Amino acid sequence: MSLLKVKDLVSYIGLFTILQGVDVEIQQGEAIAILGRNGAGKTTFLRTLMGLVKTRSGSIELDGVSLVGTPTHKIAHMGIGYCPEDYGVFDSLSIEENLLLAKHKDDDATAERIEYVLELFPDLKLAYKRMARTLSGGQRQMLSVGRALVNENKLILIDEPSKGLAPVVIEKMALALKEISKKSTIVLVEQNFNMACAVTDRYYMIDEGRTVHNGQICDLIDDKELQQRHLGL
Amino acid sequence: MGNIVTLLFNGISEGCLIFLMASSLSVVLGLMGVVNFAHGTLFLWGGYVYAWIYNWTGNWPLSILAAVTVGFGLGILFEKIFISRVYGNMSAQIMVTLGLQIVFTELCRVFWGAQQITVARPSFLSGVSNFAGITIVHYRLFLIVVGVVVTVGGQLVLTKTRVGMIIRAGVQNSEMVDSLGINIKRYFTIVFAIAAALAGLGGALYSPLNGTLNSNMGAANQLLAFIVVVIGGMGSFIGSALGSLFLGIMVAVIGWVLPDISLVAPVLMMALVLIFKPKGLFGLAVRK
Repeated sequence: MSLLKVKDLVSYIGLFTILQGVDVEIQQGEAIAILGRNGAGKTTFLRTLMGLVKTRSGSIELDGVSLVGTPTHKIAHMGIGYCPEDYGVFDSLSIEENLLLAKHKDDDATAERIEYVLELFPDLKLAYKRMARTLSGGQRQMLSVGRALVNENKLILIDEPSKGLAPVVIEKMALALKEISKKSTIVLVEQNFNMACAVTDRYYMIDEGRTVHNGQICDLIDDKELQQRHLGL
Repeated sequence: MGNIVTLLFNGISEGCLIFLMASSLSVVLGLMGVVNFAHGTLFLWGGYVYAWIYNWTGNWPLSILAAVTVGFGLGILFEKIFISRVYGNMSAQIMVTLGLQIVFTELCRVFWGAQQITVARPSFLSGVSNFAGITIVHYRLFLIVVGVVVTVGGQLVLTKTRVGMIIRAGVQNSEMVDSLGINIKRYFTIVFAIAAALAGLGGALYSPLNGTLNSNMGAANQLLAFIVVVIGGMGSFIGSALGSLFLGIMVAVIGWVLPDISLVAPVLMMALVLIFKPKGLFGLAVRK
């Protein structure tokens, strides 16, 4: 059974229908990329999975359980970690507080996972007690991703982790995400094609709110015509 | 010298009273993005419930408890039935909360009449002490103690507890708090009810200070609370405390030095802050 199965998903914001038929299927342990131009509906797709954007029709199933109509906080408890495009880091909290706020359980396993986050991102360990408002863009992204690892999540949704970061930081982030993908199932929304190639195995391409293509990421690397048509590369 | 110290003392005690209302108004605005024009009504109800129970039983703790409980209950009622339907819609919030203000002020008149009600201070807080030319009204000293306790307690809750973390995070990005698995709506209700209880406590403490109550006192004090929120900055608890002290002292001093402009001075102060520091002196980012 698929870990996540999305079928013919239509979602809307106010009067505007944004997703107009998205189909995605992910197996446990996979890392997949959601690709597409600006405004194609990639971010809305992740937000719809989290229940932050309303679903009009279609289905979303996590481990066979429907997420449609489920409140966002319950979706998080069902095992989805979310790293939004703007990091979603709380400036008025320290790094420690940002991580502790995310935990669902107060047990040894959670404490070990926080330790793992700090090993994965040593920058966070060094500045553990510092207020998040003092962090750089790269450190914020690390904190955002780290926070999604605090719980034993089945699925991690990451929205444009390379956005606004320096190339050297993007490289570090790609390595960290590759490491995370060994343990977790990842859905990565990304405009940076190189980052997507470095982290994921498969891709779904969204255009004008619809999935228009999917396949192995290694095949897409060679398909310049498809890249040009849907990604504008 | 004695007069100046007495004046400062009175100003600080007034500030502590304003703080009870302004801090809760500020947190509600900061966390929930709700402009609550019904906050003064909660203050009014706190005052009337206190006076009613106290005049009837003479039991001071019971009267305070009743005022706080009624404030808390009305807070839950307002949030669950009315406010929760207008999150994110400021125009609707203004209409709904103004409506609540009008209806519940009128209900106050229906229950307790339109005439002024008198209420005495409890005997153990009604004395006055003098030393070195300074007059200390015991009840005002008590108000300062309450203000300090609420400020320290509130700050400890905000900085040392998980609830405080959630509130601070929610002020910045409530959607993200929800995405972490925290039912932020439940916290909205709790925070709104606690804010309402604080307003009720403010009303209960104000009544014996003033000695009389009338149904206009809610709106008058609400204006001062809004001025404090603007001066102190939205969503900032400490900003509200400092803003309240500042306003309380300023009103007391100007009332003594230039009584003719004492009513307009707070509004002028607010205008200056809006012009030169629109986010307030200690403001946080407020939820859009």
